[in-house]
Amino acid sequence: MTLAIHLPQAGLRRYGSLLSPMAWGALAVAAVVVLLSLFAPVLAPYDPDYVDLNNVLAGPGGQHLLGTDALGRDLLSRLMHGGRTSLLGPTIVVIGSTVLGLLLGLVAGWSEGWLGKVLGRLFDLLFAFPALLMAMLAIALFGKGLFAPILAMTIAYVPYVARLAQSLVVAERSRPYVQAYRVLGFRTPWVVLGRVLPNLIPTVGAQSTLNFGYVLADLAALSFIGLGVQPPTSDWGAMIEESRGALLGGHILPAFWPALVVVLVVVAVNVIGEELSDRIGGKLS
Amino acid sequence: MTATDHVQAPAPAAPTRKRARDRVRPVLFIAKKVLSLVATLFVASLAVFFSRFLVPGDPARFLLRGRSPKPEALEEITRQFGLDKPAWEQYLNWLGGILHGDWGRSLTYRQDVSDVLLGRLPTTLQLVALAAVFITVLGLFAGIVASLNKGFGDRFILITLTAAGAVPPFVAAIALVALFSVGLGWFPSFGSGDGGWDRIWHLTLPALALGITYIAMVARVTRSSMNEQLLREHVEVATSRGLTRGSVVARHVLRNAMGPILTVSGVLVAGLLVSSAIIERTFGLSGIGQLLVQSIDRLDFGVVQAIVMVVVAAFVLVNTVVDLVQPLIDPRIAAGTESR
Repeated sequence: MTLAIHLPQAGLRRYGSLLSPMAWGALAVAAVVVLLSLFAPVLAPYDPDYVDLNNVLAGPGGQHLLGTDALGRDLLSRLMHGGRTSLLGPTIVVIGSTVLGLLLGLVAGWSEGWLGKVLGRLFDLLFAFPALLMAMLAIALFGKGLFAPILAMTIAYVPYVARLAQSLVVAERSRPYVQAYRVLGFRTPWVVLGRVLPNLIPTVGAQSTLNFGYVLADLAALSFIGLGVQPPTSDWGAMIEESRGALLGGHILPAFWPALVVVLVVVAVNVIGEELSDRIGGKLS
Repeated sequence: MTATDHVQAPAPAAPTRKRARDRVRPVLFIAKKVLSLVATLFVASLAVFFSRFLVPGDPARFLLRGRSPKPEALEEITRQFGLDKPAWEQYLNWLGGILHGDWGRSLTYRQDVSDVLLGRLPTTLQLVALAAVFITVLGLFAGIVASLNKGFGDRFILITLTAAGAVPPFVAAIALVALFSVGLGWFPSFGSGDGGWDRIWHLTLPALALGITYIAMVARVTRSSMNEQLLREHVEVATSRGLTRGSVVARHVLRNAMGPILTVSGVLVAGLLVSSAIIERTFGLSGIGQLLVQSIDRLDFGVVQAIVMVVVAAFVLVNTVVDLVQPLIDPRIAAGTESR
């Protein structure tokens, strides 16, 4: 048996040892996809909506790097522009649900009385509505597009964050540093927001990272069944739906590229999220 | 002798009281779970019903979106939904109707919602059941194999599971169609077949696509739960007693590992029902899920409301059943005391 001693390495090397090679790979994939989408208007070789009926279902290589779809539109350009809508939705949902969930979780975890119990019940109830179902109900109410599902999924993912934050706050409350601040007469909002909240960020961040993948998949699925992003706006889910006709005719590529990107991004996000939560779990135990 | 008699005399009272409490405890436990079930369903019904009131403007016009808002039609819809009555009375009528099997009328089908739903139910139930079979068999199998093979086998299965768990059902559907329908031509890509084996043949790809996320989930839970059990002393004792590997795994590892696997099944059923909306649409199966998407598409809000309620009820119900069954599998979660 060798005795392992963990010493934090100095300087930038510490960050290198923080992540496994797999997580670095995932981070690289995510970064490439985000950058390509972000700068699509500059980088995309073609107009994503330009229809070229003389160049339908072209193979990869040549003028079109990834080929064209059934309307002759450049697949790479559509993928890059589609990334903007496909990534924007989950980003809003994750930021919104994290902020709301943290606030509600802090309140629920800190208040010992009825407020905490009522909020706990509310989280339980929200758990009974799967996110995709809530999104569909919202679309039935407010119409198709991105607004309704983003609103519904933000609410649907609040309990995932809030329940986690609540349990963390309950654990933090009894720790000596909080007791010390209380004894010293610091105001509760200052202690909670200034001293307790920062301790929740890593764990909640890991959960929210995982949520990003689920939301991305669900929003893409909604666009795929025609309830989300409406044509001609490009979106990865909508691109797969548009390619179904070509697929049944034996042309796999127009459906394959967006499917590959969706899976790659979800895998990357999951790997990063799990790495984060493993790190935090290792630190705590 | 007499001295001990004196001391022991009051003793029998305590066990009697304890036995009585033990007999009452499971009843209390069940009653509490059922009460919580009813409460959750009640609040969920409030949320589903009053969601309509979030939409600003005239409710009659909202319900008739996309259709000709003729005065007679508006009058008819107002009468049918009781829109001129106060909100709480509308809710009570709706809830009373649901409890009595009157789920309102579909604007699209001009039929009772309950009839429309019942006609679609078998396809969805068959699809979900077949997916559940795949999830149980493949998920447990992959999890057990990964857990028993350390090293390369475990890593390979784990990486495959991570990838499979990240494939959204609709992407899995497209991939399966591309491979097994278009490429190999083994399975049909559309329709639900004629019943019997033909039905199962038609539902195989949809059920696999529907189940893939949960196959990965169940496999991962099985693996970690079994890994935890394999290190326990009772397993070591069983092995050192000379029991065969198979019986150690089946009786001493898997049985104890069932708890966490069962816990995820509530989430699983709700997830399957919701995802079936996407899968049924992709494979052209006329089940509840496709009905939900069509009703959203055709602005038939009564049907949407009914299906949302059904899915939520199924989720809450399965969770309650899981909570009630849990103590039977793991006696340590004794009724009423959930500490392990």
